[in-house]
Amino acid sequence: MISRRDFLQVGMATSAIYGASGAVNWAKLAAQQKLLQDDLLQFDTYGNISLIHITDIHGQLKPIYFREPEINLGVGSAFGKVPHITGANFRKMYGIDDGSHSHYALTHNDFSALAKEYGRVGGLDRVATVIKAIRADRPDAILLDGGDTWHGSYTCHHSQGQDMVNVMNALNTEAMTFHWEFTLGSDRLHEIIDTLPFPALGQNIFDAEWDEPAEYFKPYTFFERGGSKVAVIGQAFPYMPIANPGWMFPEYSFGIRDENMQAMVDEVRGLGADLVVVLSHNGFDVDKKMASIVTGIDVILSGHTHDALPEPILINKTVIVASGSNGKFVSRVDLDVRNGKMMGFKHKLIPIFSDVITPDPDVAVLIDRERAPYIDQLSEVIGQSESLLYRRGNFNGTWDDLICQAIIEERGADISMSPGVRWGPSILPGQDITREDIWNVTSMSYGKVYRTEMTGEFIHIILEDVADNLFNPDPYYQQGGDMVRIGGMGYRIDINKPQGKRISDLTLLKTGERVDPSRNYIVAGWASVNEGTEGPQIWDLVENYIRRNGSVKVNPNNSVKVIGA
Amino acid sequence: MQFTRRDTMAIGGAAVLTSFVPSLSVASTNDLIMEVTGGATAASSGIDLTAPEIAENGNTVPISVDAPGAVAVTILAAGNPLPGVATFNFGDGAGSQSATTRIRLAGTQDVIAVAKMADGSFAAVSQTVKVTIGGCGG
Repeated sequence: MISRRDFLQVGMATSAIYGASGAVNWAKLAAQQKLLQDDLLQFDTYGNISLIHITDIHGQLKPIYFREPEINLGVGSAFGKVPHITGANFRKMYGIDDGSHSHYALTHNDFSALAKEYGRVGGLDRVATVIKAIRADRPDAILLDGGDTWHGSYTCHHSQGQDMVNVMNALNTEAMTFHWEFTLGSDRLHEIIDTLPFPALGQNIFDAEWDEPAEYFKPYTFFERGGSKVAVIGQAFPYMPIANPGWMFPEYSFGIRDENMQAMVDEVRGLGADLVVVLSHNGFDVDKKMASIVTGIDVILSGHTHDALPEPILINKTVIVASGSNGKFVSRVDLDVRNGKMMGFKHKLIPIFSDVITPDPDVAVLIDRERAPYIDQLSEVIGQSESLLYRRGNFNGTWDDLICQAIIEERGADISMSPGVRWGPSILPGQDITREDIWNVTSMSYGKVYRTEMTGEFIHIILEDVADNLFNPDPYYQQGGDMVRIGGMGYRIDINKPQGKRISDLTLLKTGERVDPSRNYIVAGWASVNEGTEGPQIWDLVENYIRRNGSVKVNPNNSVKVIGA
Repeated sequence: MQFTRRDTMAIGGAAVLTSFVPSLSVASTNDLIMEVTGGATAASSGIDLTAPEIAENGNTVPISVDAPGAVAVTILAAGNPLPGVATFNFGDGAGSQSATTRIRLAGTQDVIAVAKMADGSFAAVSQTVKVTIGGCGG
């Protein structure tokens, strides 16, 4: 990874090989205080190949609000490097003016105020307009879906992913890789894949019994575009059976498998690939490490960790592009490929401002048709929020603070736990909370809220274990989620210590007493990866809590003390 | 995260070993290599070990070794109560000096492979395999 300054220097030094980035002068636009669709789409078509990348949509068909993280800490070699730069430092690094629409799209500060000014983001009908515009410039641009698409909303849950499949097919998606799709269960996953008009990719999806490449997924596919042969290799989320319930897809084994990735890169080069693209759900830091080990990859389209970066980074000769989440961004990457070599590239992270980009009428109709059977359920107002509700951040978000409080009250627990997932749109202060909003932050195929007893020692072990999945200095040992959210208990974390030594000072908030390692506590939480978990569904529990309270307010949560940030 | 009570207890046992007493129960990687080589220094190249960074199931972790020119390869799990896992001997007629098996790991630990070469020299490699409670993926 290189700093912006280094990046530009590298760009200068190797200008014969690599073109400069296509970052737009957002500040100038902001000064004019008007934002037009043409500004968002402006791009001087370059080279002979265009890639369009969208990833981690998490079922969001309609425009939403999405606050980027305030706390996103990097350890080891990732310390102080993108994507572990947030807020004012991020804006300074990329030359983004305070109050500009890039400020709103890419950083967390003043979110509620800027959201009122700039409106919602995303919506796949707007995404369709952007894709059509790119294809108007370059008819054979390749649209690639990085996965986490068939998950994350009321309609997606009830149609078992079909709403997203139908809309993504209408966009003419040309290849895809996977993560949460597996939580539909392998039978449903196979059923959908049998109908897909494009290949399902994952060089690291193996048969669990024989440890051989799985039949349902191809490692790579080829496109003949712009007079060149483009190989796209898939890389599914490596830790699926660990981070998600493996019993739902017992036939499959994953892992990073970078030695097999190297073999696939060599294989496609041997078959005449002029350009090698990896469509990845590794997460950004894992992709950085993989690019430093595997040689011969030209472009990694990176997903999973939901980072949105206005410029790619370069690792050796591999360009890594991060395209955000929840339908908020689309990346366009134009490439000049000649004689089996990438001679240069141009990139733009296109923010999908829903009030600026005209919806594509055909896709708008299709989305409304997918939602029509559920519209009464979706739109029912359950309550109002007095606070900004968001999730993203390493330790806690107000949505999870609310969910953790709901679990404690509804399940009569001492301590509650909520998974550190990175999906889930935001709610502005004063906004109604509909049933759809609750499902947007809770829907999953294993959402039951367990209630059990755990010793203080075991609670400590869980925190240490999850913290190491986030703060292990070697990215290959990270799973790409955030820290498990805790209600009813505070703790101290030193992120730079080894596993077993990071967490201390566990405190039961209701008494102010230290958590006793040998005592049992009532713990309730959701998203257990265990088969046979019993309890109410999390969305029903949260709905009951919000309905009972009418209006909800979340006070600042200072119960996690972070050291070493 | 694991949450039926029975699973909680079972995993808890493994995780306690992992998190809190590694220095007491884990043999030194270097000492284990020295035991196999009889004190000789092992080269760091000449043997490849393929193992997952994070085990999907600590009870059955797939590993592969490849050591061209080796006459024997010994596999060790530094954090298991009995670190010795297997020794593969390769005769003159062996088509390749590679092997694949599955091993059980008591918790996060180093997996070690030591190759004895035809000339009597040694090569060794190790990799940390993490055994985790899991859950909470983004």
